[in-house]
Amino acid sequence: MKKVFLSIIGLTASLATLRAQETVYPAGPQKGQVFLKNATIHTGAGQVIERGTIGFSNGKIIVVGANVAIPADDVRVFDVQGQHIYPGLIVTDSNLGLTEVESVRATNDYSEVGEINPSIRSIVSYNTDSKIINTLRTNGILLAQVVPEGGLLTGSSSVVQLDAWNWEDAAYKTDNGIHFYMPRLMPRANPFGADARGPGGDAVKAAMEKIGQVKDFLRSAKAYLDGGSKKNGTNLKYEAVKGLFDGSQKFFIHCDLMKEMMIAADMKLEFGLDVVIVGGTDSWMIAGMLKKNGIPVILSQPHSLPVMQDDDVDQPYKTPALLQKAGVLFSISNEGFWQQRNLPFNAGTAGAYGLSREEALSAITLNAARILGIADKTGSLEVGKDANIVVSTGDILDMKSSVITRAYIQGREIDLTDKHKQLYERYKHKYQLQ
Amino acid sequence: MPEPGMPHRRHILTRWAIGAVCGLSALLPAAGALGQQTFPVNGVAEPREGCYAFTHATIVKDAKTTLKDATLVIRDGKIVAAGPGAAVPKDAVVVDCQGKFIYPSFIDIYSDYGMPSNQRGGSGRGSQQFISATKGAYNWNQSIKPEVNAAQLFGADAGKAETLRGQGFGAVLTHQKDGIARGTGALVSLASDRENKTILREKVSSHYSFDKGSSTQDYPSSLMGAIALLRQQYLDAQWYKGNPAAEGVNLSLQAWNDQQQLVQIFDAGDKWNALRADRIGDEFGVQYVIRAGGNEYQRMPEMLASKAQFILPLNFPAAMDVEDPADARFVALADMKHWELASTNPAAFEKAGIPFALTAADLKDAKSFFTNLRKAIDNGLSEQKALEALTQTPAAILKASDKLGSLDAGKLANFLIASGPIFDESTILYQNWVQGNKYQLKDEGWSDIRGKYNIVLTYPNSSATYPAEIKGSPASPSIVNKDTIPGKIEVAGPLVTIVLNITKDNTRQIRLSGAIRFMQGAMATMRGSGVDDKGVPVNWEAVQTATHVAKADTAKKKTPEAPGKIYYPFVGYGFEEMPKQQDILIRNATVWTNEKEGKIEGTDVLIRNGKIAQIGKGLAAGSARVIDGTGKHLTPGILDEHSHIAISRGVNEGTQSVTAEVRIADVVNPDDVNIYRQLSGGVTASHLLHGSANTIGGQSQLIKLRWGANAEDLKFAGTDGFIKFALGENVKQSNWNLPARVRFPQTRMGVEQVLVDAFTRARDYEKAGPDKRRDLELDALVEILNKKRFVTCHSYVQSEINMLMKVADRFNFNINTFTHILEGYKVADKMKAHGAGGSTFADWWTYKMEVIDAIPQNATIMQRVGVTTAINSDDAEMARRLNQEAAKSVKYGGMEEELALKMVTLHPAQLLHVSDRIGSIKAGKDADVVLWSDHPLSIYAKAEQTIVDGIVYFDRSRDLELRARIAGERNRLIAKMIGEKKKGGPTQKAVPSREEIYHCEDLQAGHQHHILNDVEDHDHANNH
Repeated sequence: MKKVFLSIIGLTASLATLRAQETVYPAGPQKGQVFLKNATIHTGAGQVIERGTIGFSNGKIIVVGANVAIPADDVRVFDVQGQHIYPGLIVTDSNLGLTEVESVRATNDYSEVGEINPSIRSIVSYNTDSKIINTLRTNGILLAQVVPEGGLLTGSSSVVQLDAWNWEDAAYKTDNGIHFYMPRLMPRANPFGADARGPGGDAVKAAMEKIGQVKDFLRSAKAYLDGGSKKNGTNLKYEAVKGLFDGSQKFFIHCDLMKEMMIAADMKLEFGLDVVIVGGTDSWMIAGMLKKNGIPVILSQPHSLPVMQDDDVDQPYKTPALLQKAGVLFSISNEGFWQQRNLPFNAGTAGAYGLSREEALSAITLNAARILGIADKTGSLEVGKDANIVVSTGDILDMKSSVITRAYIQGREIDLTDKHKQLYERYKHKYQLQ
Repeated sequence: MPEPGMPHRRHILTRWAIGAVCGLSALLPAAGALGQQTFPVNGVAEPREGCYAFTHATIVKDAKTTLKDATLVIRDGKIVAAGPGAAVPKDAVVVDCQGKFIYPSFIDIYSDYGMPSNQRGGSGRGSQQFISATKGAYNWNQSIKPEVNAAQLFGADAGKAETLRGQGFGAVLTHQKDGIARGTGALVSLASDRENKTILREKVSSHYSFDKGSSTQDYPSSLMGAIALLRQQYLDAQWYKGNPAAEGVNLSLQAWNDQQQLVQIFDAGDKWNALRADRIGDEFGVQYVIRAGGNEYQRMPEMLASKAQFILPLNFPAAMDVEDPADARFVALADMKHWELASTNPAAFEKAGIPFALTAADLKDAKSFFTNLRKAIDNGLSEQKALEALTQTPAAILKASDKLGSLDAGKLANFLIASGPIFDESTILYQNWVQGNKYQLKDEGWSDIRGKYNIVLTYPNSSATYPAEIKGSPASPSIVNKDTIPGKIEVAGPLVTIVLNITKDNTRQIRLSGAIRFMQGAMATMRGSGVDDKGVPVNWEAVQTATHVAKADTAKKKTPEAPGKIYYPFVGYGFEEMPKQQDILIRNATVWTNEKEGKIEGTDVLIRNGKIAQIGKGLAAGSARVIDGTGKHLTPGILDEHSHIAISRGVNEGTQSVTAEVRIADVVNPDDVNIYRQLSGGVTASHLLHGSANTIGGQSQLIKLRWGANAEDLKFAGTDGFIKFALGENVKQSNWNLPARVRFPQTRMGVEQVLVDAFTRARDYEKAGPDKRRDLELDALVEILNKKRFVTCHSYVQSEINMLMKVADRFNFNINTFTHILEGYKVADKMKAHGAGGSTFADWWTYKMEVIDAIPQNATIMQRVGVTTAINSDDAEMARRLNQEAAKSVKYGGMEEELALKMVTLHPAQLLHVSDRIGSIKAGKDADVVLWSDHPLSIYAKAEQTIVDGIVYFDRSRDLELRARIAGERNRLIAKMIGEKKKGGPTQKAVPSREEIYHCEDLQAGHQHHILNDVEDHDHANNH
């Protein structure tokens, strides 16, 4: 019997081994079977299994349950008594890996010039060596959709896993969707002010014209792709949106206001695209319409101020619960890149304002996976899915009680060291703190 | 209604009106040499005396005195007599004013009539300009221009004069509306005459504002900068009286001193700005006349306390087009309520007994003057007060009652002739006389030809009589025959055209052309020629048989629906009545005392008279209100050490590297809804800081979140003063896209020199003799040197932190608090040795280069090394969750929970020297506490009640009531606005209401919720 038992104490010791981030290596493929037992398992699909066990092999989950017989084979077993197990958390809208220091232009690779850039691909500039990535893993985030910005049709996003040597290893689902940033359909207080679109311009009219440009582009692209005629040569931009029309790519429309979302719904009807709304700040006001049209929402972060001074002071906190009640498929997102480590707490706040904790968890796991088109592989702890697993000392949605002790991506145990822990150790050393 | 643009036929009408009534009298020769002037005459000299007598009029001599059947006599542009028995001089042109009303012409004392138009200036991140671009021996600051004299710039403007006269104005106080000190105003008449004659008084007033106008200079970019600049000018001007050699000739300060005896008028333009202006006045012994903004009704007790006289605008907002609910969503209730209540503003001043004048200067559409005036009257302004506010009061404010304001002998002959009471909707303004010159506004209807007539057609051998009646209004009469079949009548001066219908089908018409002979008080006659219904030419005559009898106005005046209530503050979540201090017993809660007792479960806390009275088990409630705390947690209120909420017009005066003279205290904004939102997150006090755009920023202000209070009452009284410093990328403008890198410093090396230089100057200044120029900037720095004012310094990297402590050591003072301090963990030992505290973010990093080494364990390390550490927000959103931000140290650094909570309560109180008042739950301390639904460090905890000074300012159940009230009130007002649109009332496109939300690096206007901004907003990427 070679069953290996590792205790939490052993784990802490391994963390204390200091390495510069440059020597934090991506893990190799999983070998053998691993079992985590005696944990409270949150599947991400709504179930909670007390004193449960999860086992995985070759990167896939092979068993999840309360009364799991662990084979007496050459397996590694970790008793994580009192801890909680979650699916790896999924970031649904980020420029992670496309920027390193926000104000340093040279580090920014997320915003291309031009309005219609569907052939742009975020995956090729995703930097697996970004120092930010490991700080997200520390909080249980294992996957992220990396989205290009700038202009109207900004290009295609890809989903990456956060333990890789280069972007090819990182790619979890490549070019999963095309992104459209809808211009704001709101009049400006002063048409000549700094925030006007052009001198004396009517902001709404200008925005409508831009939306028209995108629709025209899609109509022409469809005609080009349907007709198969390349008489005038190959049009890379049209080619780039092929997946939108054959159903292999989602159409992510970034918008927040009622009228914008109504236009998004109309585009779904006109073009038959698999539309997802990203942002959806006011989605609670038209949740019924979104449900009826089968449009999911990647919801902007709950940790926001209400839009208007008359709004309920907790409106952004309770918007997820309103979408849940209306039956809209949604995920909770977080702004930015380094900020993503607060994604679980944004879900936690939704949990305090009307969502159940398991629903809040789904909003950053299974529902996120569904919306990104990766639910066949991940998002929940189910047999056959990738072993993307996080172990936490307590409720992962509450900063008061969540320290991540282990994480696995495709069964590979990843190193939870990050730059911050390293600097922490360095200065604990300086001051001789324990 | 006067129609200023209408009388194209003026020449005919003029002759008709006077000529036809009393005939043009021969002009009498002028009296001797009195008419001499320097201007040569091209042609034959034509001196006149302009003597007129207006008889049988109802003369409203002033708002309180109405004389019936009275005569007004004028000569040489002045009033000679006004009264029932006034003798008509022999040389007077007599104007019979039977049935007419005569009023003094109006006075507008907030005009820029005849001034050259201004160019807007302004600065931004473009080129930088540190001193005035005005050439000459003038002020260093381009927005201080007391040397400007309106009288010298004045050029009569015929078009504008005509518009103003059409509104009833006869004289205005005009000045150039440009700059913070704007120079003198001139009192001018609106006569179309040479400026030599129309300037009535050359220098009457001195004008000020908070708006730098066309100045292209960077300083001041903020409201607090404008206030500091003004205060410094008073000091500089005083000092200049001693002819300081180093200053040389300063024509601006000279002019400033010369005009202090004039009427001092301040363009505040807003209720809070009115109080800000008044406070400046109080400091320097000046009582300004304040030009209001129209929202003062929201704070009348404060307006009264200012003891100022006001100039009130009449530019009430138009209803917004809110039919589309998606558009209506972005109009705040406060804006809707203001639309409803704006026209009650003058009435509110009348009711409060505050003297005020009215101005039409802000009206975009001249026609709206009387409409809006009537709206104000409908909403409670008395007609008498309205007239006073346009005549006597402005004259009195300008100390020009000897010339203007009433129809007393000796005053200027500025008066209006109207068809009836001046504010009645049907009243016609016929003439506006200015300095004895007649300006015809409307002639139609001057002669009221209405009444019954017999129209007699004369044939060679016979005649036929057709009775008819002329009805309608005097200005546009209509005619009917005996069977009340309508015909047509057109009057053009003395000429008349009549079409008399005999049958309804227009087949039998009599068409007549003729002239009217009209005698006031007698029957009118008309005669002429025409054709009858058979086409036979006829002569005709119409003889009036009865004059028009006005029907009594039986339509009952609708009393307008009572408007909504005023909220304190004036936003959706404001209170109708301020909550009261109560004695409260919180029973059986888990109490986080932050004292040596630590966290005590199942404990009662008694609050009495706004203080914590007792802590213990089983306390007697007495008369106190009991709140059940079972299962809940009671903590001290959260104190946000680094906040930028509740600030008006800019948190940065970053236009110079040292701006210690500016004070957040001057620009506290009680209307910011973020006060309420933060109460909902358990915050009870906020340290409002100047931004981080310069090395030595402005003085900060600690407030308690007493939602509904005015700016003064928000302030946490009796506390030590603080000031903001900043280091690093913001002050060296690293992230600015500047065409030129001009402002010193551009490196951290330069930052040190800015500091050393400033404190060296301050030390020298302190030692200087008693006749030194008082310098507000150096005063604040001297306070720091003397440990009377304390430094909170924005800082990131260890080198700069270390440097600042060394500079402070050199000048023998301490840095009280390093804020942000994201590399504090690297020099925590040095901070401890220096005695500095740290107030940091929980987990922010990599938003700019200087924060790439920021770690979420920073607070833990600083705290463990012995630095008093706080967690702050610098962000209106995050401030609502500071308890969670504190909890992150439990997660990342393993900090004990009670210590973590102290980082947002007791520790910031210690850092701000108020821990004897707040920060822990201890008998005798202020009752600033929060009752949480759950463990206060948990993401699931909600503040259920937030109490400041024993007053419950936030309560989750009352919050629900407020939401319902907001929804109801919005619904009512949206319906009302839609009704206004249907009625054809003025409407404007719905535009999103704006709020001011700041982070510490924001320059000027502050930014909106991201939804209200344009989409691309990477400009703000490097905030904080």
